[in-house]
Amino acid sequence: MDYFIELFLSGLTRGSIYALIALGYTMVYGIIGLINFAHGEIYMIGAFTSFIVATTLSIYGFPLAAIVVVAGVAAAIWSSAYGYTVEQIAYKPLRHAPRLAPLISAIGMSILLQNYVLLAQTSDFLPFPKLIPEFAFMEPVAHVIGSSDLVILITTAMIMLALTLLIKFTRIGKAMRATAQDRTMALLVGINVDRVISATFILGSALAAIGGLLIASHIGQINFAIGFIAGIKAFTAAVLGGIGSIPGAVLGSLVLGLTESFATGYVSSDYEDVFAFSLLVLILIFKPSGLLGKADTKKV
Amino acid sequence: MMNKRMNKPILNVSGLTIDFGGIRALDHLDFDVQVTEIVALIGPNGAGKTTLFNCLTGIYRPTDGEILLACPKTGQQTRLNGLKPNKITERGMARTFQNIRLFSRMTVLENVMIGRHCRTHSLILGAIFRNRKTREEEQETIHKSYEILEKVGLAGQVNELAGNLSYGAQRRLEIGRALATEPFLLLLDEPAAGMNPQETAVLVALIRQIRDEGHAILLIEHDMKLVMTLSDRVVVMDYGKKIAQGTPDQIRGNRDVIKAYLGEDVG
Repeated sequence: MDYFIELFLSGLTRGSIYALIALGYTMVYGIIGLINFAHGEIYMIGAFTSFIVATTLSIYGFPLAAIVVVAGVAAAIWSSAYGYTVEQIAYKPLRHAPRLAPLISAIGMSILLQNYVLLAQTSDFLPFPKLIPEFAFMEPVAHVIGSSDLVILITTAMIMLALTLLIKFTRIGKAMRATAQDRTMALLVGINVDRVISATFILGSALAAIGGLLIASHIGQINFAIGFIAGIKAFTAAVLGGIGSIPGAVLGSLVLGLTESFATGYVSSDYEDVFAFSLLVLILIFKPSGLLGKADTKKV
Repeated sequence: MMNKRMNKPILNVSGLTIDFGGIRALDHLDFDVQVTEIVALIGPNGAGKTTLFNCLTGIYRPTDGEILLACPKTGQQTRLNGLKPNKITERGMARTFQNIRLFSRMTVLENVMIGRHCRTHSLILGAIFRNRKTREEEQETIHKSYEILEKVGLAGQVNELAGNLSYGAQRRLEIGRALATEPFLLLLDEPAAGMNPQETAVLVALIRQIRDEGHAILLIEHDMKLVMTLSDRVVVMDYGKKIAQGTPDQIRGNRDVIKAYLGEDVG
């Protein structure tokens, strides 16, 4: 039973990290109908930024809590700057182009950013400092859940709550929903749609950066290519849940995380991806719009 | 006094032309709208009425011509050609659509609050820190939105999803959302289309009330009874050109208008 709980909790942890990245995919898709393939790289840049900041600060002997906060904020700001810039350079000029054009541009950006980090940093795996200590009060349950899992679960839950409130109740959140539903109409009621789109990229990038920090600290090493596989997984999660839907991205991520965790635990870690993607195929066969996606019925 | 005010156009369109490929959808159109005036735009299907609305609101970019909007309070004129739709809304012009375009997955209240977007300013940081300015702004937005909903008769359904409202109510909500942007010129594209007589009567009263509160209204309508009772002036279009304008009585007797609607050999 303990083993089951352990797998369940580690699945949740995995899933909530996927969710932080998947939200960026789903929000951007919801608002401009684009799969932002460079999003995984934004996450990777977040991980690198927090790596640089955290390593530097720990050399000067700052307390761990301060390091985590500063590294998180720095990563969020820096990744947001990248996300914003990518949107301005690669997507905004193609706003009225056929759908395929910005998609290619996104793949281009992904390759560009990966190689830029490869050249600017290194191709080696870099050891990421352990930012989350083993808490003493976690001792009795340490065999089913680690301290860093707990921190990840709590942090992501709080971030998702904040995001939900932001989207539901604030002025910018309403503007985002309106833009997602009908962009022309949003313009006509006086919403500066370009700014709303930028805000969406900034928000998604900041979430991905926090995700980058949490995973890097959890796994303990980073490299220029981590954005690719994390991006693919998060994208899968977003599609699984119904791309464009925010609760869908969270649900899809948790389902994916749990599936992978159980597959690893009961079958073999070699089969983790097989199970994950088989699940995607199955769900797409029986519910093509994803778990919480709305079926897009066109009037004829 | 009245005459002096009537001579101050808030919308002045001159020589407005738009080509789509080889087709000239609007052909050197001239007309104006005065302060607190209801102007009806009529014409057979395909005459270019909705195209005109799309030019005025910045969805289409006119090939040629001038669109000038003057704020009735300051008298300041702005050239609207080439401005983005959201900028034009900020200048004081709002519109509704022939086929209803509400944010149907948002509530009635949210739809109106969205209309207040361009009159408010708080951004992400304001939302996170919730300073006093943001909170006051939110309160004011909600207060004004309720006022508007009261006016369009939807105060009892604020938390309903817009998509679940009855047809007539959806049309009124669209007008409410347009009013929330604080326009002084309101463009209504077939506001009475598909409405039953009772709903139309409510609508007519609402449009009159909006006018009396100081808004000018330009409307496209096919319901001739409504046009003749409601409007101060009528502009008639056919094949992208203006073929007549005048008071409802003048239009009723105009031979060109009858010809455009009914064909050559009438009368």
